[in-house]
Amino acid sequence: MTGVGSRVALGATLVVLMASVVGLQAVHDGYAPGDAEGTALYVRSPAFVKRAMLSYQSLAADVYWIRALQHYGRTKLQPGARKRYDLLFPLLDLTTTLDPNFNIAYRFGAIFLAEPSPGGAGRPDQAIALLQKGLDAQPQRWEYAQDIGFVHYWWRHDYPQAARWFARAAEIPGSPEWMKGLAAVTEAKHGDRATSRRLWTGILTSADQAWLRAQAQFRLRQLDAMDQIETLEAVVRRYHEQTRSWPRTWAALGIVRGTPADPDGFPYQLNPDTGAVTLDPASTVNPLPIDERTARR
Amino acid sequence: MTATALVALNVFRESVRDKVLYNLVVFAVLLIAASYLLGQLTAGQDIKIIKDLGLAAISAFGLAIAVFIGIGLVWKEVEKRSIYSLLSKPISRPQLVLGKYAGILLTLLVNVAVMTAAFYCVLAYMYWMSSPEARAAWLVPAVDPRMLQAVLLIGIELALVTAIALFFSTFSSPFLSTLLTLGLWVIGQFNADFRELGTLLESPAAGWVGRILYYVLPNFAGFDIKAQVVSGTPVSAAYVALMTLYGSVYVALVLVAAVAIFSRRDFK
Repeated sequence: MTGVGSRVALGATLVVLMASVVGLQAVHDGYAPGDAEGTALYVRSPAFVKRAMLSYQSLAADVYWIRALQHYGRTKLQPGARKRYDLLFPLLDLTTTLDPNFNIAYRFGAIFLAEPSPGGAGRPDQAIALLQKGLDAQPQRWEYAQDIGFVHYWWRHDYPQAARWFARAAEIPGSPEWMKGLAAVTEAKHGDRATSRRLWTGILTSADQAWLRAQAQFRLRQLDAMDQIETLEAVVRRYHEQTRSWPRTWAALGIVRGTPADPDGFPYQLNPDTGAVTLDPASTVNPLPIDERTARR
Repeated sequence: MTATALVALNVFRESVRDKVLYNLVVFAVLLIAASYLLGQLTAGQDIKIIKDLGLAAISAFGLAIAVFIGIGLVWKEVEKRSIYSLLSKPISRPQLVLGKYAGILLTLLVNVAVMTAAFYCVLAYMYWMSSPEARAAWLVPAVDPRMLQAVLLIGIELALVTAIALFFSTFSSPFLSTLLTLGLWVIGQFNADFRELGTLLESPAAGWVGRILYYVLPNFAGFDIKAQVVSGTPVSAAYVALMTLYGSVYVALVLVAAVAIFSRRDFK
């Protein structure tokens, strides 16, 4: 075989072998056992990982942060109503042990560990533990104390505790002026919607991350929806008092033009048998949080 | 030009011939690819992660060069028997050892300087590409000159690792030198633990041994301020100066020991 011929043969062999490898890899995907990597966390001891990473702890923290985001995103996108974010706390715990200054990991945990399924892990205790760890590492970060108060307020409905944490945040130098007012209002008006609005507005103005601002804007839209539902229900009740029957359509109420829509543009549902006003099941402001007045009714 | 400088220049040329500087291409590709991909993955933490990645890569590539070139510097000359022709020239053994060290230090200096420049270019590009809202969310500026403090201490750390690798290469095989150098580097990351040994074991003798090891073994953990500079935690100039002095004195100590051993070595 000539020199050129042997080179062509060698090239062709390499191309065929590479194509075979690619083909076999594609076949492997069909046979591969379940994705254990996505659901398993082999090393859970933050102390061990911290030591094992030697002088590359910050980089390892970044890797665990990306894993935490992937775990959250993957779980949230899974079909089915019941979602389990079992690895979210261990991953965020590892992230913040490896890099105690990883501010966003604490705040991410505050939001998504505390929120109930399907949006989060439904573990306000873990959210508080993570934030407490952040506050121990960086006592000057008033945002963590505010976030602990927020978890007590919004998810645990423990208003005296929430007020205590807002007051503590207010004492930390650099905290905004409105924090003192928030602490006082929380203490005085346990869990009313105006206080909730004030809390989320505070988070919106102090948030340094787009996703946190989006979360605050979402909660504010939910509060708007709750206000609107309350107003509509009052109109429906008045109609019932006057006619002794529930309205079958929005038009029957007279004062409502067209179909009223929630802040995201989805039409409100009117139950002609009970007069209850609810969100459209497809509405993007679902599910509304249970506020104190709703809970008492 | 002195004999030491000539040896140093030759070591540098040899490392260029051995394509050691190719790692710069890997570094550049790594950073550029990371800067492109991370924005989608990290929920607004791309600048922090690029900084972590850049500083870790400067340290890791430098460490690999320091160890794997450092351990072969003297051993290669002995193994190839070129040491006889070298020492027959007007060059003393200390000059040879110090020249070898200076040569690899020059290689590392060029590496670290180019990697740092590329690192800052990527950060400047990311700053330029980001929106004013995203910039407002950064707690620490993207192109932060304080990161040079970390780069300086990485450089000092690499100088010390190189000196240790060279020291072991004056009397042992490359395999053993690699193990010993990397072993010492790993132990040096846990230096502070030796100080606590006495309280952990409740033994006065263990406490003494721990304290001696704490003071004698190189404190590599002390050179690591990457996390602090990335998060914007202030690192005093006095601390950087102290660690620079500590590293320089330790390098001098190890080089003197390497010269002493190499000078007494019998090549027959």
